[in-house]
Amino acid sequence: MSPVRRTLITLLAAGLLAGGCANDPSGSGGSGGDTIKVGILHSLSGTMAISEVTVRDSELLAIEEVNAAGGVLGKKLEPVVEDGASDWPTFAEKAQKLINEDKVATTFGGWTSASRKAMLPVFERNKALLWYPVQYEGLESSPYIFYTGATTNQQIVPALDYLKQQGKKSVFLVGSDYVFPRTANKIIKAYAAANGMTISGEEYTPLGTTEYSTIVNKLGQAKPDVVFNTLNGDSNVAFFKQLRSAGFTAQTMPTVSVSVAEEEVTGIGPANVAGHLVAWNYYQTTEGTTNSTFVKAYKAKYGADKVTSDPMEAGYNAVKLWAAAAAKAGSVDVDAVKKAAGGISLDLPEGKVTIDGENQHVYKTARIGLIQPDGQIKEVWNSGAPIKPDPYLKGYAWAAGLS
Amino acid sequence: MGTLNQLVIGASIGAVLLLAALGLTFTFGQMGVINMAHGEFIMAGAYTAYVLQPLAGDQAVLVALPVAFAVGGVLGLILERLIIRRFYGRPLDTLLLTFGISLILQQAARDIFGAPNVQVDAPGWLTGGVDLAGVRIAYNRLFILVLAIGCVVAISLYLSKLRQGRRMRAVMQNRQLAAVSGVATGRVDQATFFIGSGLAGVAGVALTLIGPVGPTFGTAYIVDAFLVVVAGGLGQLKGAVIAAFVLGVLNSFVEFWTANGASFAKVVVFAVIIAFLQVRPQGMFVLKSRALT
Repeated sequence: MSPVRRTLITLLAAGLLAGGCANDPSGSGGSGGDTIKVGILHSLSGTMAISEVTVRDSELLAIEEVNAAGGVLGKKLEPVVEDGASDWPTFAEKAQKLINEDKVATTFGGWTSASRKAMLPVFERNKALLWYPVQYEGLESSPYIFYTGATTNQQIVPALDYLKQQGKKSVFLVGSDYVFPRTANKIIKAYAAANGMTISGEEYTPLGTTEYSTIVNKLGQAKPDVVFNTLNGDSNVAFFKQLRSAGFTAQTMPTVSVSVAEEEVTGIGPANVAGHLVAWNYYQTTEGTTNSTFVKAYKAKYGADKVTSDPMEAGYNAVKLWAAAAAKAGSVDVDAVKKAAGGISLDLPEGKVTIDGENQHVYKTARIGLIQPDGQIKEVWNSGAPIKPDPYLKGYAWAAGLS
Repeated sequence: MGTLNQLVIGASIGAVLLLAALGLTFTFGQMGVINMAHGEFIMAGAYTAYVLQPLAGDQAVLVALPVAFAVGGVLGLILERLIIRRFYGRPLDTLLLTFGISLILQQAARDIFGAPNVQVDAPGWLTGGVDLAGVRIAYNRLFILVLAIGCVVAISLYLSKLRQGRRMRAVMQNRQLAAVSGVATGRVDQATFFIGSGLAGVAGVALTLIGPVGPTFGTAYIVDAFLVVVAGGLGQLKGAVIAAFVLGVLNSFVEFWTANGASFAKVVVFAVIIAFLQVRPQGMFVLKSRALT
């Protein structure tokens, strides 16, 4: 067979196959067919599975609720769940798969900033939409990502305001060694310099570190007023266990954590962290009927012993907000949804949440919580009203040099 | 005071390393099997403590030690009988296989116990600590240190005093000669694997006192455990003991003296081991044997 003929036959065969796909009614994704496919992309295996599985669960709950209420534009949502496997290139690969093969209308996914940074170019290149549900370090505003978790001025900055108001003068920074803690600490240092606070130490450990006795010893010598903890994942368990066994209590060595929520408290053991502070935008105990309905629905679906946490709630919100934007746009087309999303305001478990159309973040209420001996978190302070997202901290003079 | 404190911390890091590595001195050190699933046997031990917690309450850690030894041992035995046995002398295949098995075991733990970390409470009598000359020593660290020393003593007695242990050494030093002398080497391999994996289970129980307990629990310790065994010299108990404590103390001091030292200490420890292995590729101590292999 001549090469030309072979090529011709291959082309013909490929054409037939493609034609077959186009005619197959079940293969049509996006807004075609009777359902709308949406992607869910979290780590279901590997080191991040501990956190991300719960976000997937709450997103599936939200999809179920949207479907029960009639779906979007009269069509049911059909989730396509993929595993990012705690591996950043896998996130990019699976995002590409969801966009190209499954032709999803939008994707909800990611947890670590590293996974978001890996997915960002994929979504931008394909002009597809990602909803990212976790608090992060700010300084980013992709036109193809909606951020439903807090940016720094809705979590870290209010936490610092609270510490300042409590008269804390010296802060020791402990964090995992990657982009979020390092950027967060840069912001904390700028804030401290402008507000008369001192940084009495700054330590980073690789993700997954379980040996904290030396850092605990350094804390004992530096005697800071408060420890600002940006450790992520399993390390928190080791850190708090070892802090406690070295004889420190929440009174002698208070800490405020930005990545420890109800889910993590269970793993650390409430006895080891009771009395320490956390900063988030939502707690399981947050008051309001929307939240009690959410908590009840979650427990009914996944078990009475399950807890709800901030990132789970932000993932749940993402689904609801997208559904509202698509309904308003009358289409699931990416540009139409983006245009319609600005100004959408829903009553969600954490309270009123409004999308800022300009930077595609959401207005959120900051809340400082105190960990209780039963593992729940009690709110001790909140910002009163939802804070306008400011990912580049443009509204703060002290942050001028950061971005 | 800081220095003395760091010395104690170094010793306790060393004890953790040693405990994680002890099982490997058997399976890797004695038999030359690179068992990447060793970390998951540690994880199995940790979950044993978790399962026993509601039953045994404050004594859970003590009750869990022998149970975890059995759990880890049986897992190891199954692995040896079903798979590793068929791949003796093929280290690369064994490595890949056991790595796959470690992933399977991690996912199994995730399916059985759930993805989030579980909580193992330190018993009341292990919370708190004692102040000695201005240095605070936490009881749980002390417990790990004592347990590590206890295990080392038990192992060395086993290897020198018991018939089983002497057979094990015979097989390790010269397999052919041991076989022709009537030692059932297959049996000895099973026993070695059982003990090595059982020790991993014991380590798992102790490590619940200081770290997180989750499906990926074992991966945090596996690399360090191999480092200790390689640096100490294969099959050498005293080598492993010395290597563990030297690395522990080195780690704690580098981390203490440098700002943001945790990452840096890791780098230094790895660099020191590489440099050391350049000078002594066989590790600290060498097994002298007339065997041809």
